[in-house]
Amino acid sequence: MPALATDQVVHHVEDPVEEVEASPGRRLGFLGWFSLVWLGGVALAALAAPWLPLPDPDRSVLEIVRVGPIQPGHPLGGDGNGRDVLARVVFGARASLGISVSAVGLGFVVGGTLGLAAGYFRGAVDGVLTTLFNVLLSIPALVLALALVAVFASAQQDASNGRKMVVLILALGIVTVPLIGRIARASTMSWSEREFVKAAEVLGAGHLRIMVREVLPNVLPAMVSIALLGVAVAIVAEGSLALLGVGVTEVPSWGNMIASGRSDLARAPHIVAVPSIATFLTVLALNYLGDVVRARFDVREAAL
Amino acid sequence: MAGTGTAHLRPASEALLRVEDLVVEFPAGRRKVHAVSGVSLDVRRGETLGLVGESGCGKSTTGRAIVQLPAPTAGHVRFDGADLARLSGKHLRRLRTRLQLVFQDPISSLNPRRKVRDILAEPLRIWGRGDRSEQDARVREALDAVGLDPEVALDKRPHQFSGGQCQRISIARALVMEPELIICDEPVSALDVSVQAQILNLLDELKARYDLTLVFIAHDLAVVRHVSSRVAVMYLGKVCEVGDPEVLYARPAHPYTAALLAAIPVPDPRVRPRDDHALGGDLPSPVDPPSGCRFRTRCPRAEQRCAAEEPRIRQVEADQYVACHFPLTG
Amino acid sequence: MTSRAPAPGEAPVGFKVNARTQGRLLEVAGLRTRFRTPAGVVRAVDGVSLTLDRGRTLGIVGESGSGKSVLSRSIMGLLPRRNVVREGTIEFDGERIDTLADRRRRDLWGTQMAMVFQDPMTALNPVLKIGHQITEGLRFHLGLDRRTARQNALALLRSVGIPEPERRLGQYPHELSGGMRQRIMIAVALACGPRLLFADEPTTALDVTVQAQILDLLAAQQRERNMAMVLVTHDLGVVAGRADHIAVMYAGQIVEMAPATALFGDVQMPYTEALLRSIPRLDQPRARRLQAIPGRPPNLIAPPRGCRFAPRCPYARPDCHAEAPPLVESSPGHLYRCWYPVGGGAGTGGTAGNGGTGGTAGNGGNGSTGGI
Repeated sequence: MPALATDQVVHHVEDPVEEVEASPGRRLGFLGWFSLVWLGGVALAALAAPWLPLPDPDRSVLEIVRVGPIQPGHPLGGDGNGRDVLARVVFGARASLGISVSAVGLGFVVGGTLGLAAGYFRGAVDGVLTTLFNVLLSIPALVLALALVAVFASAQQDASNGRKMVVLILALGIVTVPLIGRIARASTMSWSEREFVKAAEVLGAGHLRIMVREVLPNVLPAMVSIALLGVAVAIVAEGSLALLGVGVTEVPSWGNMIASGRSDLARAPHIVAVPSIATFLTVLALNYLGDVVRARFDVREAAL
Repeated sequence: MAGTGTAHLRPASEALLRVEDLVVEFPAGRRKVHAVSGVSLDVRRGETLGLVGESGCGKSTTGRAIVQLPAPTAGHVRFDGADLARLSGKHLRRLRTRLQLVFQDPISSLNPRRKVRDILAEPLRIWGRGDRSEQDARVREALDAVGLDPEVALDKRPHQFSGGQCQRISIARALVMEPELIICDEPVSALDVSVQAQILNLLDELKARYDLTLVFIAHDLAVVRHVSSRVAVMYLGKVCEVGDPEVLYARPAHPYTAALLAAIPVPDPRVRPRDDHALGGDLPSPVDPPSGCRFRTRCPRAEQRCAAEEPRIRQVEADQYVACHFPLTG
Repeated sequence: MTSRAPAPGEAPVGFKVNARTQGRLLEVAGLRTRFRTPAGVVRAVDGVSLTLDRGRTLGIVGESGSGKSVLSRSIMGLLPRRNVVREGTIEFDGERIDTLADRRRRDLWGTQMAMVFQDPMTALNPVLKIGHQITEGLRFHLGLDRRTARQNALALLRSVGIPEPERRLGQYPHELSGGMRQRIMIAVALACGPRLLFADEPTTALDVTVQAQILDLLAAQQRERNMAMVLVTHDLGVVAGRADHIAVMYAGQIVEMAPATALFGDVQMPYTEALLRSIPRLDQPRARRLQAIPGRPPNLIAPPRGCRFAPRCPYARPDCHAEAPPLVESSPGHLYRCWYPVGGGAGTGGTAGNGGTGGTAGNGGNGSTGGI
């Protein structure tokens, strides 16, 4: 072995890079800020709805039946039954967002876990889970929802509104599982090939530890990005279900506002327009943010 | 050049790591890739074994097979007497703390989403060594030992560091559990020339400071010579030649070793590139390696016997062993 | 209707036919290339001037971040379209090429200058057969018909030492070994007989035995075609035996340029000396600690005000940090950029052990200057 010279190894090697990242403001851009503000506002309004100075969304007032927007006391007018549209659209956010976020949340947790397992263990486990995903994917969401509602929460059974909502969340959640699951699986497969996963194995980490601590943090961005898009799709799906008559009925939702306002489309288009615009803006914001999340984490990976 | 045989192994009691007849095969469609076919090596405590060869020779695969990542197809890997392949999952995992691996690509061997602090503390947490403050102290000591300032480095993520610094972090992670043997799989190949020297010097110092035994895998002969006390040359899954680096480099016995040495460009314009020992042809496929001596298709000295019979490793000089029917010396 | 393939070195229509075999081929002056990034403007190449004669080889040596790859692409004009600014003049065979329109520049590529890249796997199109990729250039630039192009391609493959050329024409890149792919890439580059070849780290991804073969091949082709070559690499050993002149780059600038023997035998720039000292050498005894260069190359967005190597230089003095040294000449043809060069150049040779500022001179202590 070469004799060690007396000089020391250089200590304090040059400091790590002080990253000059574009500030979050510049990264997001105008659309990004708009999306955040809109979503934040909608979420806040939905949560705070009972305490906001709004008229009762279910109270019918004869005077404002089909009255157009920009009225004193009723900024967005009234619907076919004389109910205040603004109040209904705000309260409607609770149902629409509530169902969508819960459904996607369910899909996120279940699909994410299954996808992670499939991608990490591969082999037989992957085979079984992929088949499961394929089966779930081939079920049309609307048909599933119809079936589940008919079985578990039909009108004959006097199903409560709560029960109906649970069934809807379940239906939409089941359909979301394979969407997020496949992304999680693909992402896991790619990340578990990386050397730091092997390094963890060499250190003596068990499978569970590796999956949760090493792989999952890297897979999450892709999952979150898809989940945001999923919420957007779920909101629209809820609307379709309402149109089919299978959505929530007792409380307002954007979907059932559109459904019940259809007949008045010619005379009082604002009844359909307001919830439609709300849906449109929310979906747009979610899509855009989903893209931003994906782009931000993709860039990071490219730099690696 | 075949490579079977254990003539070059020293008495088992002396070796910290002893690999016998290691075989690693991967399925490739319906056929098999013979990545490693009967490799035997040993390392004594305090030695640095340099394992050198070009791409496709199986050196990295050997390194990983030693740490059972994945477990080899056949053969014995004895670490301090215990056969790693025979150990149960729990015992194997426990032994892992004494035997570590440093990877080639410094950046991808660190989790990009975790902070350095967590990356380094991970092995301690897995094994429950010490409490929070003790773990923290160990992590700091490891970072310091590799030449990084803990205050600055601990809360950053890998992408904020350069390649050389990432490799230091990787080495620190291997050190945290105070292993006895570290296998370095091409640790400097992905680094710039000036950084290579830093890391090589670092490994040198760490080895002395922590009483380490190293297996240094690389394709760069000059680098391997610089760090190793013993060198083994591999080709297409077999061992060609083993011995003391000074002897091996000055008087190579195997034609492949000679060809490798002749091919290395020397940074001196007065030395013209050499034409002798030049290797023609291409590397044969490991799916269908040549019969007998695997090197015979490119060897300028090959004869009938080389195709028919696989040469076994034998001694040609004091501390030089070769697997060849017609070696250059001895 | 057949067309004749021009002989190697013969230019197609559009460029001056020049039968000379000697003299200046390439002249670059004040080349600067800047990239606009979210983090700022990266000055990848910051004032490079060089010349190259017909049939000669220029080696460009540097580590990652030195700008060597960007330099060769800047000269060829192979830069991204957006967020890139290029300044300076480039003259090829007496004609300004930095101001050419895109179409004219495309005529240039392949027929006058060509490039061989580092990774043949990504430089070759994986979904096209080899034959197609070679003949593509021949048919586009030289207007050959299919049969003549195929004959040319076969001849090319033979000349680069590929066995069974007929079979190779029908194969895809992934079916071949790394060495063969690199030969094919060289064949593609040489197909239309360029007079200047840029080889950008042509052997870095290859094994050392194959490396020697490829470098020999390039040298042979050069001799046959009287072709000039710019050999870009990080490996000083590769350029030592094969380049007539060598330029060492650091942080976007040339810091030393000299004929090969002068560069190794009479080093001026501390960076070059440090590089030579940090490589383990087969031709030298082993028991010697490597002299590592501490620290890292500078940030190209905001390079240091003075000499860019000063923060890492064991001989640095205070004025090195204050003012950037210009490129000066010691012996004819030997340029360097240092206030206190290592050899016996202008100014007293600095002695190590001065200790650079910033505490980076960990390995100081040997006062020897010059030589290896």
